[in-house]
Amino acid sequence: MKALIHRVPRHGRDAGRQVSFRIRTRTLAVCLALAALLLVLAFLSLTAGRFDTGMTDVFNALSGQATGKTRMIILEWRLPRMLLAMLLGAALGLGGAIFQSLTRNPLGSPDIIGFAAGSHTGALVVLLLFSGGYYATAFGALGGGIVTALLVYLLAGTTGQQGFRLIVVGIGTSAMLSAFNAWLIQKADLEMAMGAAFWAAGSLNGLGFEQLRPATALFCLLCLPVAALARPLRQMELGDDAALASGVTVRRTRGLLMLLGVALTALATATAGPISFIALCAPQIARRLVGASSVGLFTPALTGAVLLVLADAAAQHAFGRQLPVGIMTISVGGLYLLWLLIREGRR
Amino acid sequence: MPLALAMLGLMLVALSITSLMLGARPIALSAVRDAFLHYDPGMTDHIVVRQYRLPRTILCLLCGAAFGTAGALIQASTRNPLADPGILGVNAGAAFAVILAVGVFSFASITAYVWFALAGAAMAGLLVYTIGASAGGATPVRLLLSGVAISAVLGGIGSSVTLLDPQAFDSLRHWQVGTVAGRNLAVAATVAPFIMAGLLLALIAAPALNAAALGDDTARALGLNLSSLRITVILSVTLLAGAATAATGPISFIGLMMPYAARWIAGSDQRRIIPLTMLCSVNLLLAADIAGRLIIYPDELDAGIVVAFLGAPVLIMLARSARTKTL
Repeated sequence: MKALIHRVPRHGRDAGRQVSFRIRTRTLAVCLALAALLLVLAFLSLTAGRFDTGMTDVFNALSGQATGKTRMIILEWRLPRMLLAMLLGAALGLGGAIFQSLTRNPLGSPDIIGFAAGSHTGALVVLLLFSGGYYATAFGALGGGIVTALLVYLLAGTTGQQGFRLIVVGIGTSAMLSAFNAWLIQKADLEMAMGAAFWAAGSLNGLGFEQLRPATALFCLLCLPVAALARPLRQMELGDDAALASGVTVRRTRGLLMLLGVALTALATATAGPISFIALCAPQIARRLVGASSVGLFTPALTGAVLLVLADAAAQHAFGRQLPVGIMTISVGGLYLLWLLIREGRR
Repeated sequence: MPLALAMLGLMLVALSITSLMLGARPIALSAVRDAFLHYDPGMTDHIVVRQYRLPRTILCLLCGAAFGTAGALIQASTRNPLADPGILGVNAGAAFAVILAVGVFSFASITAYVWFALAGAAMAGLLVYTIGASAGGATPVRLLLSGVAISAVLGGIGSSVTLLDPQAFDSLRHWQVGTVAGRNLAVAATVAPFIMAGLLLALIAAPALNAAALGDDTARALGLNLSSLRITVILSVTLLAGAATAATGPISFIGLMMPYAARWIAGSDQRRIIPLTMLCSVNLLLAADIAGRLIIYPDELDAGIVVAFLGAPVLIMLARSARTKTL
């Protein structure tokens, strides 16, 4: 039955309904569980911090009954940060899911193809050469990331063997840009270099409603076309020919989806600095949870949100000192990638 | 082959002399000669040659050979054309250990942290090998990706150490680019024994690598002790990449490019490839370092960056070329 889903485009409505129902129950259950987990984590992350607050404080603050310091800490410091973690996690998970289903490769994620190194370069150039502020840096990161991603795609070419070439070209480009980045950091004076290094680690420290509002607006704006293209994307997973046969304009759709995937990743990078490996891990974890090779886009987005909220909580509280969340995700995500590679080798 | 050897040797001598002469303060050949024959501590030119350019040139010789040979060894032993200690994360292992040594344990001297670098390179090397040798052999992409993953994890933890300690951050950011500038003779003297030992082991392993190229089963049938070969190779790569990284910081891509050049000159015999790789790599690092001093004169571009900007396009070209398409 499962094999059928992958090979045959679903023209017969009955067969389709029967199969998709079976998947839908499990997907639904997983999504509900993830949403519940997300709520619990969100609530816990509102209670935790250096300033002691209990459950009742959080309830009071959320229902508008708390006053003074408690209200400020929970509503103005912790709440926007937690919401940003959710939003950016979802954006990364969604972007990763788009890439992975387009390249039909679990490793075709923006982390691997040089996006992170490119946005780092863009931000460094703005920070160190033009001493730009928060928004200028965000734009630099956006530009750098998008230009690098485009360059990697062009260099990798579009004919066959996409996975291999894309990955190797991405690694080469990243290596070159990283060398350049190290040089920029070495040339700058210490204070600015430190600031740039903090940005490069990817952190939600000090972000508030001011950053949350434009990020939310942009995320919602990007979600509309993604939702519209979700169906063609599913059909393209069956192969370009099958998609063509069912009336999808493959080239244009692929180009559009890639642009959206890059934009979603860039949104997160521009807001908080490069937060690696959520885009790679979230769709993989979602796939394992749902137990199907095609998981759609909603579950990975939800998984991404859970992962980033969890990672940010760990980065804030687990080591006694506040660490940038990007360091958390790159270390744990890298280990996960290693585990994937070792497991794949055993098979 | 003899012609190629002679030309590479000549190039090496010419580049070494150029390396002593060129820089922000150009020095005439006669002054360089006098700096060695009639050293006068009062002459600035003599001090520059003996204190700055000589250690730099010697480090190019040592570390160039080390990075290149490490790459040739990994390529031969994993039968993988896209291998390099930098890309596969071996240098990152050494670099991570140095960051720990400097940032957490406050060892400032290279005589102390070279041991950390060796341990770090050994661990990362073993990890790469485990993944590379897992059932069915690893495809180049899987090896590369494991290198990416290893570098990511170690880099993440490493930057959390440096971000919390501005002093360590400052001293390490100059080392992390990969450069031969600003080191004294003591640094070269510290790493020289390790690199020499590593090069010697590589030369000893070369004939066995030829047999290993035929595949594990054939090699065993020919009477080759595969596990002892693997141990020799890992030991040699550890010594080479670890010691060289401790001295210059992580430099990638020499070990990717130069074995190709050597194979192009000498065919597929490892007994020729390995010594040729050494010669080519030394020339490359010397040339990169000299070019770095000239490109943005009178400022300097570090050798590690010049090499990366040469090497990354080579990697991309290899990925695009017809021969590797089937990998």
